[in-house]
Parts: sequence; C-alpha cells; structure tokens
Amino acid sequence: MKEIVIISGKGGTGKTSLTASFAYLGGSDIVVADCDVDAADMHLLLQPDFARAEDFYSGELAKIHTDNCTQCGKCAEICRFDAISVIDGMHIVDSLSCEGCGYCARICPTDTIENVSMNVGKWYLSSIKTGSVMVHAKLGIGADNSGKLVAKVKNEAKRLAEETNKEYIIVDGSPGIGCPVVSSLSGASFVVLVTEPSVSGLHDLKRVYELVKKFNLKAGCIINKSDINEKVTQEIETFLREKNILHIVNLPYDEQFTKAMTNGQTIIEYDKNGLKQMIVDSWNKIKQTIN
Amino acid sequence: MKIAIASGKGGTGKTTLSVNLSAYLAEKEEVVLSDLDVEEPNSGLFINAMAVHEEEKYKMVPVWKEDQCTLCGICQEVCNFHAVIQLGEMIMVFPELCHGCYACSELCPTDALPMVPKKMGMLKHLRNDKLSFIESRLDIGEEQAVPLIKQSHEYVDEHFPDDIIRIYDSPPGTSCPVIEVTKDVDFVILVTEPTPFGLHDLKLAVETMKELKKPFGVVVNRHGIGNDEVLHYCEDEDIPVLAKIPNDRKIAVLYSEGKLIYNEVPEVKQELDKIIAYLRKLKQGGVQ
Repeated sequence: MKEIVIISGKGGTGKTSLTASFAYLGGSDIVVADCDVDAADMHLLLQPDFARAEDFYSGELAKIHTDNCTQCGKCAEICRFDAISVIDGMHIVDSLSCEGCGYCARICPTDTIENVSMNVGKWYLSSIKTGSVMVHAKLGIGADNSGKLVAKVKNEAKRLAEETNKEYIIVDGSPGIGCPVVSSLSGASFVVLVTEPSVSGLHDLKRVYELVKKFNLKAGCIINKSDINEKVTQEIETFLREKNILHIVNLPYDEQFTKAMTNGQTIIEYDKNGLKQMIVDSWNKIKQTIN
Repeated sequence: MKIAIASGKGGTGKTTLSVNLSAYLAEKEEVVLSDLDVEEPNSGLFINAMAVHEEEKYKMVPVWKEDQCTLCGICQEVCNFHAVIQLGEMIMVFPELCHGCYACSELCPTDALPMVPKKMGMLKHLRNDKLSFIESRLDIGEEQAVPLIKQSHEYVDEHFPDDIIRIYDSPPGTSCPVIEVTKDVDFVILVTEPTPFGLHDLKLAVETMKELKKPFGVVVNRHGIGNDEVLHYCEDEDIPVLAKIPNDRKIAVLYSEGKLIYNEVPEVKQELDKIIAYLRKLKQGGVQ
C-alpha cells in the first residue's frame, strides 16, 4: 500500500481540486483522507455520506473550581501563557490562551484546578460517489491540536486501506509548514507539490520542499495556472531540475476548475476541453513513479 | 487601530489585500504592516523597503543535565505534550513538541532540566517612508507558529504608538495561529472568493470570529467567478460586504510578478477606498 500526500505550502493553488480528481480516477483502489482539517473542502466534490461520526478529544484545558479556590494566585504566577487572570477578585482561566500544559493543576495547593479533556472536533468515515471510502474531519472552532486530528484521520485511513487491501491512500494536506503539515507527511510514500507560477507560489514551494527534504521523501510537482506567468514557470522548472523533483505536468489557468467546483464535481467529471486527459496522464505518471 | 486580514481558505487574496491596502494608506499616513503568516510569509515579496532591523527569535526549551539527574521520572510525568520522555537511563527532549510551559524544568527536584533558548525564526523590520513592515519567518521544521506570532505582536507593541493603523496579515484556517493573530484586534476583514470552497471556509471563519466576539466584515475577491451564494449568505447573516475585487486575469498576472495592483487597476483602488471609508467610520464609532 502506498501513501500519496498532496501539499502546496501556499493556499489556493488547486490542491484540493486535483486531489479529488485523483481520488475519482483511483476509484475503488484507494482510500481518501482529507487532512486539511482546518478548512476541509474535499467533501464538496466527493459527496461523502457522513455514515459514521465520532468526537475527537485531544489536549486539556484548565478549569478552576471556584468554591475551593483560596485565590492564592500561584497558578497565575507560574502560567507562561498569561491564561489566568483575576476578574472581580476571582482567578479565571482564559480558554483561548490556555495551552493545556496542566502545570497550574499540579501546583495548586488546594487541588482546585481540574484538567478537562477537550473535544477538538469530529472525524468521519464516509462512502463517496467513486465507490470508495473517505476519512475526513472537522476541527472545532479555534481548536488547538489540529496535528493530532490529522494523525487520527491518517491512521484511520491507513487501517482501512490495510484491512481492505487497497493499493493507495490519497491524502489532501493543509497549507503552511507547521504541525498539521508535518503530521500529514509522516509515513508518506510520495509527495505531490501543487504550485502556481507567482512569486508567492515559488517562495512557498521552496519552503515546503525544505520540509519534504527533511523527511527524506520523494516528491513530484504540478505547476497549475502555468500560463499566468511563463517566466516564473521557467524558474520553477529550473528549481525542480536542480532538486531532482519529478515535474509531473503544467496545467493551464482554466476557470473550469471553478465551474466544476460550483457543480459539486471533480474536473474529471466536468471537463469539456482536454484538462481531464492531462490529469489522467498525471495520475498515471505518479503511479508509475511510486511502483 | 488594529486590523487583521484573515480567511478560512488559503489563497483567497489575504496578502494581496494586506499589501495593497497598507501601501495605499501609507501614501497619506503612518501604517504598520505585520506579516503573521509565519509559516509562509509572502507580504515581503510585494514591499520595497529598506531594512531597519533584524533579529533572531528564540523560544525556551529544556535541556537535560545528565550529571544532575536522578531519573525520578517527574519530568516525563508532568509533560502533557510528550516532549520529555524517559528512555532507560536517558531523558530525551523533543524541542519541536515543547510548548515552553516550564513544568518539567521547575518541578525537577534536582534542577536537571534548565530552560535554554532555541532559535525558532527571524524577525525583520523594514521601512519605506510612512510604511513600516514587520515580517516574522518560522524556521523550517519548527511546528508551532503561535510563540513566534506572540513575539511579533510584542515587537510591534514596543516599537509603534497605539494610534497608528496596524494591519496584520493572518495565516489561513481557523486554528490556534489564527486565534493568536486575531484575538486582540479591533476589526477583522475576512477575504473570500465566491465559490463553494470559499463559502464553506468563510462560514468557518465567521463562526470563529463570533466565538471570539470580534467585529468583522467580508471582502469578496475574484468577484464574478463562481456564483452569488457568498453574497446571499452575507446578506442573510447581516455581515457587511466591504468591497468586491473583480476577477481579472490582469490582477493575477501582476500578483504573480510580485507587483502592487491598486495603481494599475482603477477598480481595485475604488474598492480599497470603500474599505478605508468603512474603517474610518468604524474608528469614529459610526458602525454598529
């Protein structure tokens, strides 16, 4: 079983549209995992049935039981996150600032602080229209620990793929280079970098590739909207050659991506002018490379 | 006045709006633009300015002093983030998982885990006439953006008076880094695009701002593609739409070259004027 992770560094390069297209092409050979738990959008294209939903708990939050509290202030003194303040003479935890380290509860002389485990979101196991299954999630508002929810989604996808002898897991990652991205890269067989020829696209590609290199992962790159700026497209191609990154394809700027999305479809279902074939060829190229 | 420019979905035009709004405002008044998308900071690619100052940013992490350690195991027990692990006769510290709470260090009975600084990124301060630009950049491999965002806020607070306009370019999403950027601002501009993805992620961002009890408005970027559902949603929810930036290939090309657009595309300037007028009214207390 191979795990293909699609990331981009920069947001809005077309990562989710392409991941959903590959998922469509993979049909029942694959398990799909949407690891962009902060802004999960792939369900809008693959129409999962949300058949199974489970709450996800991760991390803790300090809670001061006011009746036993002597207002000694030790908790506020040791808190490095300024999460405990005094309002009307009472010590209060600011839940947005609390990191859940539990230090205050450990040193409270009257044991009046409790660590409450946090419901940080939900994860789902769904059937999708391609005849396969998808693991996805929704992070709670402002919740921490998105990296852990990503790990949960990935592990469930992996377990399913192993149990049902699927050939591939396709993972839609999140933008950036922080904890959710690191979490989605762990265990990857191949990374697809989706970029666009803008100064930002190139800048972010270079940073996210540094991260991929740290994990010694093999990577390929899709340059989307490549005709928007041919000069930067050439710069990206040079970068790919220098770093020995597989250049998968250059795709044109095409508003069909938006139209397909507005129809709730992947580009494979919607396309009318040849974009579909380019994506089919890309998918075949990726499969050839990793097998 | 502190304004954050945020969005649920990535790539909707946060940076485009941040740099163009800041540069346009700075034609007439002092502005601070702080790029807080520390994982992928892009604003600097659009700003021509002279370096004023540069500093390395550190977070505090524990380091194991073997000779002082009695292997009592308290450090491992008190670390909620599994950043300190006892393996046989060794204590392993994983700095990238450490949140810097000091519990292991201060609760160690033999002072065997003193806290030491570890570099997590860089902060740059640049200036071009009335525009001050602060960029914070997380080192590759560092997983936590929040400590660096906090320190960038501190830098801006120390170096600039309260009464000048501050614009914060936020990372995408709705999780902890976005909360850190927006929790102390006066107003949040949510940038979206009129597509199903844009609408879905806008709703998440709106829920987040309601949770934070922050006043906010929406800017629709690439207006003209997709459908009208974003506008209908804003109308139904009584969310002010501050501006609609047109979908124009010329804008995409200028952006791709790292150029500012408001002087090249008159419609963009008009839309920025609407945003500025709204912010002025807000400052005078004229908007509910």
